[in-house]
Amino acid sequence: MTCCAVATPMALDAELARSEARWNEELKLESRDLGNGLHQVELSVPDVHCAACIQKIETALAGLAGVDYARVNLSTKRLSVRWREGDVPAIFKTLHRLGYPPHLFDNSAAGEDRALSQLIRAVAISGFAAGNIMLLSVSVWSGAEGATRDLFHWISALIAVPALIFAGGIFYRSAWNALRHGRMNMDVPIALGVSLAYGMSLYEVINHGPHAYFDAAASLLFFLLIGRTLDHVMREKARSAVTGLVRLAARGAVVLRADGSREFLPLAEIEPDMRVLIAAGERIPVDGVIREGASSLDCSLVTGESDPQRARPGDMLRAGTLNLTGPLMIEVTAGANGSFLAEIVRLMETVEAGRGGYRRLADRASALYSPVVHLTALITFFGWMAVSGDWHRAITIAIAVLIITCPCALGLAVPIVQVVAARRLFENGIMVKDGSAMERLAEIDTAVFDKTGTLTLGKVRLKSAEASDEKVLLIAGLLASHSSHPASRAISEACPGEAARIEEMAEIAGLGIEGRIGGELYRLGRASWAVGQEGGNGATVLSRDGKPVASFTFEDTLRPDAGSTIRTLASQNIAIEMLSGDRAASVRSIAHTLGIETCHAEVLPAGKLERLSALAAEGRKALMVGDGLNDAPALAAAHVSMAPASAADIGRNAADFVFLRDSLCAVPLALAVSRNANRLIRQNFALALVYNAIAVPVAIFGYVTPLVAAVSMSVSSILVVANALRLRPSVPCSHPAALYRRAGHAASAR
Amino acid sequence: MNTLLYLMPLALFLGGMGLAAFLWALRSGQYDDLDGAAERVLIDEDIVLQSGPLGRRKGDE
Repeated sequence: MTCCAVATPMALDAELARSEARWNEELKLESRDLGNGLHQVELSVPDVHCAACIQKIETALAGLAGVDYARVNLSTKRLSVRWREGDVPAIFKTLHRLGYPPHLFDNSAAGEDRALSQLIRAVAISGFAAGNIMLLSVSVWSGAEGATRDLFHWISALIAVPALIFAGGIFYRSAWNALRHGRMNMDVPIALGVSLAYGMSLYEVINHGPHAYFDAAASLLFFLLIGRTLDHVMREKARSAVTGLVRLAARGAVVLRADGSREFLPLAEIEPDMRVLIAAGERIPVDGVIREGASSLDCSLVTGESDPQRARPGDMLRAGTLNLTGPLMIEVTAGANGSFLAEIVRLMETVEAGRGGYRRLADRASALYSPVVHLTALITFFGWMAVSGDWHRAITIAIAVLIITCPCALGLAVPIVQVVAARRLFENGIMVKDGSAMERLAEIDTAVFDKTGTLTLGKVRLKSAEASDEKVLLIAGLLASHSSHPASRAISEACPGEAARIEEMAEIAGLGIEGRIGGELYRLGRASWAVGQEGGNGATVLSRDGKPVASFTFEDTLRPDAGSTIRTLASQNIAIEMLSGDRAASVRSIAHTLGIETCHAEVLPAGKLERLSALAAEGRKALMVGDGLNDAPALAAAHVSMAPASAADIGRNAADFVFLRDSLCAVPLALAVSRNANRLIRQNFALALVYNAIAVPVAIFGYVTPLVAAVSMSVSSILVVANALRLRPSVPCSHPAALYRRAGHAASAR
Repeated sequence: MNTLLYLMPLALFLGGMGLAAFLWALRSGQYDDLDGAAERVLIDEDIVLQSGPLGRRKGDE
């Protein structure tokens, strides 16, 4: 099948073997002990997407020694593997060989779909009850009388009991929670309406009355639960897609004991003064000081600096930094609790405490709606008491008013639109954490962007290469292909080297790479080192026997559609700002390219947070788009926030939206969909209002029968759902195709 | 009218059977991977997921 991933080339095998040992350690930490010597682990395998993929993975894993069970879940792109006691089977290597790189994800959130199975059970029971009661009710409406009608009513009353307990319970609990905290939500009038309808109908049946509203109670619960379940499924899907992303933070590290032994310890057990070994390509798990080794560091996720930093013994390291080229031995200065990461978490906690101020549209609407409805019912009761003095009649009509105004349409108005909108976004690779995020996004008037990793891909690209002749460039490409430094990668991508023998090749961490080709010594790296004298300006050069023969300059790659995104937002009168932890020069150059006027450079995490708080204090509603650890507090503080899939774990968790594809076009698209959704929600509210304006007078004057109630409630619900389905966003991207480019492919396509 | 006496319990029983079947399917995990189920029909041979108690069998035999 052409859609399947291709196997990794053999050249990567050495690199894989190195990371496998470490990976297996993490796998052990992550696995659950099932007893009987069995261990199980869940892995995220994002590249699975067809039957052939499933078959390939399952047969290959089932064939491994020790593996007891392997099953792919295509919907969640997860793989569960169970193995017997002993060594961890070669799951990692096998999956890499097949071309489905697996990764571990945060399992702590698993097992939460109990809420979903409870909802689905409630839908099934209320659906069963609604269908059967409706069947009996139709017989009553079509003329059953006397004992037959009473029998039908009694059976209906019995069928409605489990629906009321299982399905109604969800609404009762939520309504009670709201009332206990002195709030009002949509579930209060629903719970009240349903129980009054049931109670009054029961009274009527006991007294052989003609009208019973059991069908209204059951079908109301059924309709509302469908909306609620869809809403839950959508959010669950987005959540599992986000938790399935590559986990960037390390779970543990290799500790070097005083006696020279090495041990892999989970993060929580690493204490200050321990010595930790970090291989090239690993993230620093805790804050520390370098004791041995030299390397280059990628701090983009931590501070926002785009250029790799040189690291030497004595340098301070922050947790989250990526070690690029050489192995390091660090001495831990602070455990996981005292690290930079912990400081960020503390900053975020202070923010979250103050954020709960936003009230969802539905709650605001119900706060207005419920008192009006309940007051109307009360006035109706007193009105009929005054007019007729008939106690029974007055209360029957008052309850009919409550039943007919029971916010079936209103209860569906918001979730259905948000489910449809979330689905549209999901199709475009944008995950929404919850519905209120879309409501908040539709209100924004300011957009604040981080630079490294958000406006740019955080990946350097060769801007220009000056060389004496073509052949030299090929040698540079060849040398560069042996290093994992970002600049080397950029060179080898731009100038694919020809096969030639390199002798005495060595990578000098933090400086460059050298080797002999045809007896001549070539050095690629920092100018001061390659040419062998001071005076270089930090540029990258290739030297032959100490003489420069080529020089390279780099630039950060802009995220696809970054320019059109900024222009689209600006044309919608949204103020745009850039907050970056990077140096002023590179911030200015990106700002200039994209036409952003307000930009702040070298901002610390607390500074970003301050800026967002200042915007909020001015009454501005800001969208924050960022990816780094340093952006996380700002993401939590913003009115609404977005993060790319490549963001630090903590940032992804703090953001309301996570976009999986490379293109920044996700921002205007999410904005357009959210605005559309908000418009439809308001229309749905209007529809519900119109429906009430017609139905309430009819009810007040006592003309509502169970048949009228059933018809009018169904019609209004269908109208609202049909209106929600009209949501079709216009794609605001200049190149809609860019949205469909998978992450990672964009850069290589250039 | 006598027909009602057995038709109605029958209708409720059949409905209840449907409900029970759905709840059973839900509990036994048949709704856990709908996309996967749709694709798995295309796989020709059965994949051996669970090995026997005495040892493992290769899935692709």
